Amino acid sequence: MDWRYFRRRTVNIVSLSGSVLATAFGLFWLFWILWTTFSYGFSAFDLSMFQQNTPAPGSAGGLANAIVGSLIMVGLATAIGTPIGILAGTYLAEYGGRTFVASVIRFINDILLSAPSIIIGLFVYEMVVVSLGHFSALAGALALAIIMLPVVIRTTEEMLRLVPNTLREAALALGAPRWKMISLVAYRAALSGILTGVLLAIARIAGETAPLLFTALNNQFWSTNLMQPMANLPVVIFQFAMSPYKEWHALAWAGALLITLSVLALSIVARTLSRKARMEH
Amino acid sequence: MMDRIFQVLTTGSAWLVLVVLVGIIVSLFIGGWQALTAFGPKFLVTDEWNPVTERFGALVPIYGTLVSSLIALLIAVPISFGIALFLTEVAPYWLRRPIGTAIELLAAIPSIIYGMWGLFVFAPVMSQHVQPWLQDHFGGTAYFGILFQGAPLGIGMLPAGIILGIMIIPFITAIMRDVFATTPKFLKESAYAVGGTHWEVVWNVVLPYTRVGAVGGIFLGLGRALGETMAVTFVIGNTHRLSLSLFEPGNSIASTLANEFTEAVGDMHTSSLIALGLVLFLITFIVLSLAKFMLLSLESRESVKT
Repeated sequence: MDWRYFRRRTVNIVSLSGSVLATAFGLFWLFWILWTTFSYGFSAFDLSMFQQNTPAPGSAGGLANAIVGSLIMVGLATAIGTPIGILAGTYLAEYGGRTFVASVIRFINDILLSAPSIIIGLFVYEMVVVSLGHFSALAGALALAIIMLPVVIRTTEEMLRLVPNTLREAALALGAPRWKMISLVAYRAALSGILTGVLLAIARIAGETAPLLFTALNNQFWSTNLMQPMANLPVVIFQFAMSPYKEWHALAWAGALLITLSVLALSIVARTLSRKARMEH
Repeated sequence: MMDRIFQVLTTGSAWLVLVVLVGIIVSLFIGGWQALTAFGPKFLVTDEWNPVTERFGALVPIYGTLVSSLIALLIAVPISFGIALFLTEVAPYWLRRPIGTAIELLAAIPSIIYGMWGLFVFAPVMSQHVQPWLQDHFGGTAYFGILFQGAPLGIGMLPAGIILGIMIIPFITAIMRDVFATTPKFLKESAYAVGGTHWEVVWNVVLPYTRVGAVGGIFLGLGRALGETMAVTFVIGNTHRLSLSLFEPGNSIASTLANEFTEAVGDMHTSSLIALGLVLFLITFIVLSLAKFMLLSLESRESVKT
């Protein structure tokens, strides 16, 4: 056999096996991390964690206040972030087009999409916490809303761009004003895609810890007052995991499992929806 | 009339993006002003961080941020390239979607989960198996040996970098996979037609064609690694000490903020932390802008071609 041919073949086989190994390497961590979370989480899982509040050091308790706090803040953030994000995405897809302003906004939006979330926390701390004089759930929700915004804006724009122009022209030709065309025709055609963006954004903020550290802080007790610090799962997990107490570690794992399950469920639903959305066009 | 209202609403929402960006920069400047004026440019190169004497310098956290991100890139770049190669060239079609989705799920896992796993599961493995092995084999080598000195604690710069690397694999992989797929079919087929192997086609045709985009993806991953907070906070050790060894605990900008901000004593401490945040934001802003420019340049070439 020609040695050059042999060398090329060997290089090819080695590099392709390398790519298989790299893939196995990536999947290996995924399964290891998930397996850890599931096994530690399920052994600490217990119905009483939905009924009792976070305990004092070294005693048993639950996560009820943290679960409710997380739900309230994520809900509020979604209520703030979704409409603004959809409207901004609509501007980029329907009005802005290729203008300079739209390109700049698109550029900045993509950067904010990957910007460190802890910086958003600092920003909201400076804007809200300092001016109000105390930490509050409202500030936490606001920080989460800002983090979710770029995700919603980007998917809304992408999905609206998938809507064929013939649909728009048909609506306009019937004499529909632009806002009616967008809200009754374009939104409807892009609905499942836009929904995907919102779900992905919720999945992203559900586990966010860093921006809540300086805004919502934490609360050992039950509180639904938006103007006061509020317990929330990620910060409770952080605090409990870093503590030296066994009982707190167990609760932290249970909370970690809860967050991982909800985030995975949200992203899988979002992925199925987005596949459907893309198939429709 | 409604048309006008709707347009103003959408335009206003879009401008909000710019308002947030300007707001971040201005508020961090105002918050960090006291520290920036007190320490001047020396803030960036001083390694002292002492809340008692109120003397602060950003060198240790900046060094930690850069070194841990560098370790992350060393791991994530070849692995992501391999996975992207697997997903675009090697894997049978029915396998591409499930494996692609699984890799993307790595990005969906919240960073606090990475942190807990890193502290309770990964750190013990590092300290009992990986670090002693590294010390035995490389601890004595000239120049490199210094990287592996110190007690194998399982927490420190090296574990933080490895976990960061795992976390940015899905981001770099996604971009590389997408840009590899933009290579025109006829280019690849011509190369195959003259007898190129899979590897030769990727190395000599696909990679040169998509180089800008692939590097853009790497920068995007770097931007993510620089600002990652929770996972690093769990395993980096949170010690304000400069050390060349990768086994020693250190600190990154984000983990310093996460640990000290709510417990900061005195205005100067708080202000120095916000100034640190400003440094982090500026670094990531530059890195992410570069990434975006590179991806845009590939994109515009695409639209010209088609």
